[in-house]
Amino acid sequence: MTDDDLATIYRREVGRCTATLIRVLGDVDLAEDAVADAFAIAADRWPATGVPPNPGGWITTTARNRAIDRLRREAKRDDRHLAAHRLLEPDMDPEPTPHLDDLDDLVDVVPDDQLRLLFLCCHPALGADAQVALTLRLLGGLEVPEIARAFVVPEATIAQRLVRAKRKLRDNHAPYALPRPAQLPDRLPVVLAAIALIFTEGHTASAGDELVRVDLSREAIRLSRALAELLPDEPEAVGLLALLLLTDARRPARLAADGSMVRLADQDRSRWDRTLIAEGHDLVRACLRRDQPGPLQVQAAIAAVHADAETAVDTDWSQVVALYDQLHALQPNEVVAVNRAVAVAELRGVEAGLAALDRLDVVRLAPFQPFHATRADLLARAGHGASAVAAYDRALALTTNPVERRFLDEQRERVLADGRPEGGGPR
Amino acid sequence: MPQYLISVWHDEEYEVDFSSLEAQRLGQQVGALNEKMEGAGAWVFGAGLQPASSATVLRPGPTVSMTDGPYAETKEQMGGFWVIEAADLDAALDWARQAATACEGAVELRPMQSD
Repeated sequence: MTDDDLATIYRREVGRCTATLIRVLGDVDLAEDAVADAFAIAADRWPATGVPPNPGGWITTTARNRAIDRLRREAKRDDRHLAAHRLLEPDMDPEPTPHLDDLDDLVDVVPDDQLRLLFLCCHPALGADAQVALTLRLLGGLEVPEIARAFVVPEATIAQRLVRAKRKLRDNHAPYALPRPAQLPDRLPVVLAAIALIFTEGHTASAGDELVRVDLSREAIRLSRALAELLPDEPEAVGLLALLLLTDARRPARLAADGSMVRLADQDRSRWDRTLIAEGHDLVRACLRRDQPGPLQVQAAIAAVHADAETAVDTDWSQVVALYDQLHALQPNEVVAVNRAVAVAELRGVEAGLAALDRLDVVRLAPFQPFHATRADLLARAGHGASAVAAYDRALALTTNPVERRFLDEQRERVLADGRPEGGGPR
Repeated sequence: MPQYLISVWHDEEYEVDFSSLEAQRLGQQVGALNEKMEGAGAWVFGAGLQPASSATVLRPGPTVSMTDGPYAETKEQMGGFWVIEAADLDAALDWARQAATACEGAVELRPMQSD
């Protein structure tokens, strides 16, 4: 067994184990510590004994036994009889090391535990920052420094965010339970949004020197996959997975060799990951058959249309515009409207795209970077050099990501030089 | 069973005029919610408060000092509250949601200390 094997098992099992332990122990911190203990024991023993046939079961049982040992010691010391008593039911009497043959009987691994934990981490009473940190910590098993690095914030900030979130859930007696069917329409979008946020943070980092942070994107896909498997009858959960897969498929082509950003239109499509695209397509088709459209499914369908086109020119833009119309009806917001204008520009010409942008609420869009970046690009392609430069200036003032800054800066310089961005011009 | 405070908040100092149609309409909505809470065994206590300008603040010391006016120096004022009993946060949030709707204003849900 190599360290890689252990890391793989950790990534695969840690969320499930923690989720089950929280149910068994009734305490998040206790479960976290116990699972960490169990993996430390595994790292110590497995190189000699080999990996057990059911590593997740081994971890869960070992973690539970460690937690019970700890509670017993504390019960003697602090007279905390009640906490220990609750766990010491006769059939759960612990042994120092579980017998491998008995594991399936010993460990009551319930798939719903993962769902319970996901809904707990993404409780609407928590802020989005806390939801994301808690999900990555408890379900992804990421350590505080890893989360802090991923979001480019100080470790102390993440640590405090986690402590506060767990404390709020405990003080408020947040249930470790699946939402009732009547609550699901309110609760599921919160979970989906948190996973999407994790993915987006990995895909386009808002700060830091790398545009793509692979780990968070992969983590989000892992969570999304688990959610879609656990809630196969929720088309939006499937839609999110499809959207993430189809977006992640473009990752190899998003950055040029020198680390600069490549626009969708200019990407080398031979570098797109066809396996991810095929899986994404299958999921989109399954959603279409179900015919209960939601915002994530429509976004996935748009990504699927892009993935279908061999070259940017081959893109079925009328289909893309129709899907954006549908998306805007489901989710009338500025982001959708700006993206729709881009598709309109491709379908009916740059001036039509600009006209679509000009019809939007310019005051509300003033602080929205993609509005200015999109407008700058369309203005430049329409030959309005001076207005384009002004729009690039506004976009640059709102851009924190260094890779995006560089891209916009280069476009702006090209317009200053010859009035047209590279590869642009009215189509 | 855990207890929670649902407080009702106003953006600024308010006047109570029970004769106004508006106050009567809100009063009926709140009364209906009270009955529903009592029927479900969730109601522990609830009351509307006189405007914050009616408040007096007392501070401890060798002699307890007394000042006129509310403690909070913010514009926002608590206009009333419920104490409810609920199985867990989600059940409490259900009541809080209905409270916000009945009062047609923001409410704050806060768990009480227990143990």
